[in-house]
Amino acid sequence: MNAIRKKKNVPILSVRDLKVHFSLPGKGFFGPERKLKAVDGINFDLFPGETLGIVGESGCGKSTLGRAILQLIPPTDGQVVWLGRDIVGAPHREMQPLRRDLQIIFQDPLASLNPRMTIGEIIAEPLVTHKPELGKDEIKARVKRMMARVGLLPQMINRYPHEFSGGQCQRIGIARAMILEPKLIICDEPVSALDVSIQAQIVNLLQELQREFDLSLIFISHDLSIVRHICHRILVLYLGNLMELADRDSIYAAPKHPYTKALISAVPIPDPEIERTKERIVLTGDLPSPINPPSGCVFRTRCPFAKDVCATDVPSVDTINDQHQVACHFHERM
Amino acid sequence: MTNHILTVENLRARFQTPDGEVEAVNDINFHIDPGETLGVVGESGSGKTQIFLAVMGLLAKNGKATGTVRYKDKDILNIPSRQLNKIRGVTMSMIFQDPMTSLNPFLKISKQMTEVLVEHRGMSEGDALKRAINMLDRVGIPGAAQRVHMYPHEFSGGMRQRVMIAMALLCDPEVLIADEPTTALDVTVQAQILDLLRDLKKDFNTAIVMITHDLGVVAGLCDRVMVMYGGRIVETGTVRDIFYDSHHPYTEGLLKSMPRIDTASEEHLFAIPGQPPNLQNLPKGCAYQERCAYVMDRCCVSRPGLFGFDDGRASACFREDGQ
Ligand SMILES: Nc1ncnc2c1ncn2[C@@H]1O[C@H](COP(=O)(O)OP(=O)(O)O)[C@@H](O)[C@H]1O
Ligand SMILES: Nc1ncnc2c1ncn2[C@@H]1O[C@H](COP(=O)(O)OP(=O)(O)O)[C@@H](O)[C@H]1O
Ligand code: SF4
Ligand code: SF4
Ligand SMILES: [Mg+2]
Ligand SMILES: [Mg+2]
Repeated sequence: MNAIRKKKNVPILSVRDLKVHFSLPGKGFFGPERKLKAVDGINFDLFPGETLGIVGESGCGKSTLGRAILQLIPPTDGQVVWLGRDIVGAPHREMQPLRRDLQIIFQDPLASLNPRMTIGEIIAEPLVTHKPELGKDEIKARVKRMMARVGLLPQMINRYPHEFSGGQCQRIGIARAMILEPKLIICDEPVSALDVSIQAQIVNLLQELQREFDLSLIFISHDLSIVRHICHRILVLYLGNLMELADRDSIYAAPKHPYTKALISAVPIPDPEIERTKERIVLTGDLPSPINPPSGCVFRTRCPFAKDVCATDVPSVDTINDQHQVACHFHERM
Repeated sequence: MTNHILTVENLRARFQTPDGEVEAVNDINFHIDPGETLGVVGESGSGKTQIFLAVMGLLAKNGKATGTVRYKDKDILNIPSRQLNKIRGVTMSMIFQDPMTSLNPFLKISKQMTEVLVEHRGMSEGDALKRAINMLDRVGIPGAAQRVHMYPHEFSGGMRQRVMIAMALLCDPEVLIADEPTTALDVTVQAQILDLLRDLKKDFNTAIVMITHDLGVVAGLCDRVMVMYGGRIVETGTVRDIFYDSHHPYTEGLLKSMPRIDTASEEHLFAIPGQPPNLQNLPKGCAYQERCAYVMDRCCVSRPGLFGFDDGRASACFREDGQ
């Protein structure tokens, strides 16, 4: 059991059988409407102070899952239990106060900031919306304090986003997300667009904030090296389905799902000797279309271990121990 | 006599902008031999792409390159584009992060591929189409004979990248310049493309320039490495030199700040402090001084040249100066 669970075993968030199906127009004028199952029945818990990584190739449903949790995309089915209460379908009036605790930061820092607002206004906006009673001076003081905390010079408060580098824009996004002292931040590829040296700065900042404020984080990324560094547990997604969910050490030291194994072995290691001699599982082809996913195990068209049964039977999500779940007919042999 | 296939000497590229001149590429010297893979690494804005756009005669209109670029024995910098076109895309090809830079969205792949072969190889339409299908097949496009008749937008991101590589390989180039060809791709697809490049080197002795910010990619593919910072080369060496015996503080910082998938993590990642430099506003002295853990007084007064300290090894740092 990891330390975080031992300490606080009441989840802050429970996601149950969550589905997001997009309706697409049919082929041709009279074709039947088609369903794109972006998220297709996901279950997990998140504990206070924990970082859960969500990984998988692009298009596998990571962002949709993150947004559906925050009710930014309405789920098709399932539950999102936040602090003991299902928030799926909650009316706007009830969601509004919860939004204080639930924040998100995005991959493209500049594009996610309003170019016509000063960074002071951008960071203050959530406070103005949720705590207008604080008054102008207090809001300004809090904004400056938060700017200093995330490594921005408070005297830059009246500058505009385009005057900042990518790394600094991400700090602005983090300050805005942190200003209400939320309980959960969903980070959707927050460092994917940044240079290596800047990535490390932002990851360190997120980890410090997490400790200081007992934050829970959902860290969406396609970079499995960063995820290994920052996440306590990792959920591996493929075509909207959970393939594996386990604590960090199990995922990296003893992955049980062929997709997890392939993802990990594809990450280049910055050491010529190790990189040139390591064992690799090379996947062929691309992600199949989620409009017409493979029968049985959704991964079977690219799985090097697939057998006949994989085409007919959907593997159940088996629990290996209370820290490790895997959806593969043959996980015992992996 | 050397057998260098590409030689670059004292290459510079300058851009005229309303805010003044940008010295994007400065004093670049390197060469590459057949079958060799040269890695070019550095942060965004460090000048990696502009070096090779200058080499290929593809700089933006406000840019000007000076120095020497030789393809074998032939000087090719700033020659008329009619002459350059016999080399560019034929014996020397460049591929980009965004495949749509090299593909025409309005033309079927078949048309785009056969055109090159008919013009440069004098092939018949029929033979050209056969070769195009062959090449798509080689780069791992399933059903190439049918898909050659599709438009670029009908391919997925990874497949489009392969189509661009197939185009670049049509005339069996001796040099392939790959500018972050896998940066936008998933690791699974990246692994396929890297295998493809390795085969190319093995089967055809193609010289490859791999421009990337990912040291993992360099570790797996490259023979020699050139590290860029602030528009200049700051370190050169073999791949082993760079990874196991780096000299420049920036190279060292870059290596240390890479989170690794094969090691359990420390509490904090090592981070290089500060921001990459703005080429329009470089400090006096060493461009890395504000971020360098070893900065000395002289680093802020004058700029270190590239000190050679061993065969093929050099570092642009006063620590190599021995004074
Ligand atoms: N608004 C939408 N309408 C239709 N399809 C969508 C929409 N948003 C996402 N999708 C599709 O859902 C799938 C999952 O997308 P996404 O969650 O963005 O994946 P990821 O973040 O893992 O790259 C993709 O096939 C994508 O094309
Ligand atoms: N057309 C241009 N006009 C002015 N500056 C340019 C132009 N093209 C590139 N630059 C400058 O050249 C520098 C180096 O760019 P580039 O070679 O593309 O970097 P890299 O490939 O290492 O990310 C950049 O800082 C950019 O500002
Ligand atoms: S169930 Fe079959 S196809 Fe799916 S991951 Fe396991 S072995 Fe592969
Ligand atoms: S010259 Fe000075 S500032 Fe530059 S890298 Fe060397 S020690 Fe650091
Ligand atoms: Mg996404
Ligand atoms: Mg570039």
